[in-house]
Amino acid sequence: MSTKARTRALIAMLFALVLALGLAACGDDGGDTTGGGGGKAIVSNPDNGKVTLTIGSKNFTEQLVLGEIYAKGLEAAGYKVKTDLNLGSEVIALKALQAGEVSGYPEYTSTALTSFFKAAPEDVPSDPQEAYQQSKAEFEKEGLTAFPPTPFASANAVGTLRTTAEELGLEKVSDLEGQSQDLTLYGSPECRQRVDCLVGLEDGYGLQFKSFTPVDIGLRYEVLDKGQADLSILFTTDAQLSAEADKYVILEDDKKVFPAGNVIFVTDQKVVDEAGPDYEKTITQVQSGLTEQVMQELDARVDIDRQEPAAVATQYLKESGYID
Amino acid sequence: MSAAPHLPLAGLEIFGQAIEFIFNGQEAPTVSGKVGGLDQVLDLTARHLEVTALAMGLALIVALPAGLVLGHYGRGELVAVAAGNAGRALPELAIIAFMAAAIGVGLLNVTIALAVLAVPPILTNTFVAVRQVDRGAVDAARGMGMTAREVITRVELPLAVPTIMSGVRTSTINVVATATIAPLAGVLTLGDFILARNVYGDDGVLAGAMLVALLALTLELALAGLQRLLTSPGLRDATTATA
Repeated sequence: MSTKARTRALIAMLFALVLALGLAACGDDGGDTTGGGGGKAIVSNPDNGKVTLTIGSKNFTEQLVLGEIYAKGLEAAGYKVKTDLNLGSEVIALKALQAGEVSGYPEYTSTALTSFFKAAPEDVPSDPQEAYQQSKAEFEKEGLTAFPPTPFASANAVGTLRTTAEELGLEKVSDLEGQSQDLTLYGSPECRQRVDCLVGLEDGYGLQFKSFTPVDIGLRYEVLDKGQADLSILFTTDAQLSAEADKYVILEDDKKVFPAGNVIFVTDQKVVDEAGPDYEKTITQVQSGLTEQVMQELDARVDIDRQEPAAVATQYLKESGYID
Repeated sequence: MSAAPHLPLAGLEIFGQAIEFIFNGQEAPTVSGKVGGLDQVLDLTARHLEVTALAMGLALIVALPAGLVLGHYGRGELVAVAAGNAGRALPELAIIAFMAAAIGVGLLNVTIALAVLAVPPILTNTFVAVRQVDRGAVDAARGMGMTAREVITRVELPLAVPTIMSGVRTSTINVVATATIAPLAGVLTLGDFILARNVYGDDGVLAGAMLVALLALTLELALAGLQRLLTSPGLRDATTATA
């Protein structure tokens, strides 16, 4: 292709992008509702106005949506709410919480247990309540606490293009044996130090890859699309996995090194004492409708329909009848 | 009162650990293994310099001729300034993300994103530098029968060197500092120490910041030396005045 044609192609692509964004913004979202509609509206309590809460989150779509849902719900309950979303990896989010920069943030029980409390992946309880109690007990040793888990759970997963999977005969992670040394793997920077990520693939499955390249977590599908990554670390709740099921597949974690975790809202015990009972009540109320299907739908509205996480959170709360 | 003398030492200790991280490395903060150490530091520094050099090279190829020609003819001031400001306004992360969809992540992506950042100071400084060349000198050159190309390369360019070089220095500092985001697009520069706190710990973050600052200062000094070499001897006193 001549450079001129290339430039033209690039400009055309730019226009297409602008157009697509415009169309997505206009697209109607009728049809698929996320809430049962039977939720009880959140009641604003004037006493809560004295308390300011800062809601944090990690740096990917699901976390941003969750952070916004919690923030808007607490606002409806009468609290003064600030947000400090997109903090980074779990280590940074936890530091922000310990330093009092945020009042709380959503964390996965599996991540908490394996990353913070050094549990082996096989020791993460598969029962959500058990995993919650175990995480909570660990957090309490550090003056922190956690609210009960969401209905949905999410896990890391090794993903690839369906065409690659068919070509190489990949269905489960152990099918990579004997092939992984020729395959490139991409994942988030923190993946290198996580047992439910690269470390688990190397130690748990005994796999060695041609290369591991850390990239921004938001690019986990782009690197597959562009053919740069043969394999990419995805999340089981990713919208793309259901919306574009003919394109992407995840490999079954047959040796169970990627435990699934439900989201628990981790917060400081001092904040709980100060904020009163509406804090926990509101958080558990707004997350009660978050089944796997609903969470995936909300992720899709951001990642595929290109809506703002804040707008998606508001829609969810309205559709569920928590706010009007 | 006895605690007071310890305070500044506690501060210094952090730097001591970061320096230890740079030279000897340390145990990885989560799973077993070693992180940091001189080998890795040199590896990432080399990559950091490579990305910086590529981006600056690309920016010079684009901005220098454009600035010289626009300045020579005294036209397109609006274009030069608008392009300059637009380049400054575009967030590098947005460029990286946009290009990840178009050409994928990697060295080319990061080079282009950083070149977009590097172009404006070079372009505007070159344009302004050529415009400010003494018209008398240009007229005299034309009177001697020099072609437009000769006027640009033999009169305007030498006289414009100090101002152009100050643009190049600004760009270089911007690029070296911003190359810390390259790991987000899969290119491991010194920014990896800063961005991947899980992997390198707090000492790694501080070590990364110190190394980038050191690299920026080193390049600034080297370019100041280069500027002196490139400036015609008759202009050198004026150089110190403009800098």
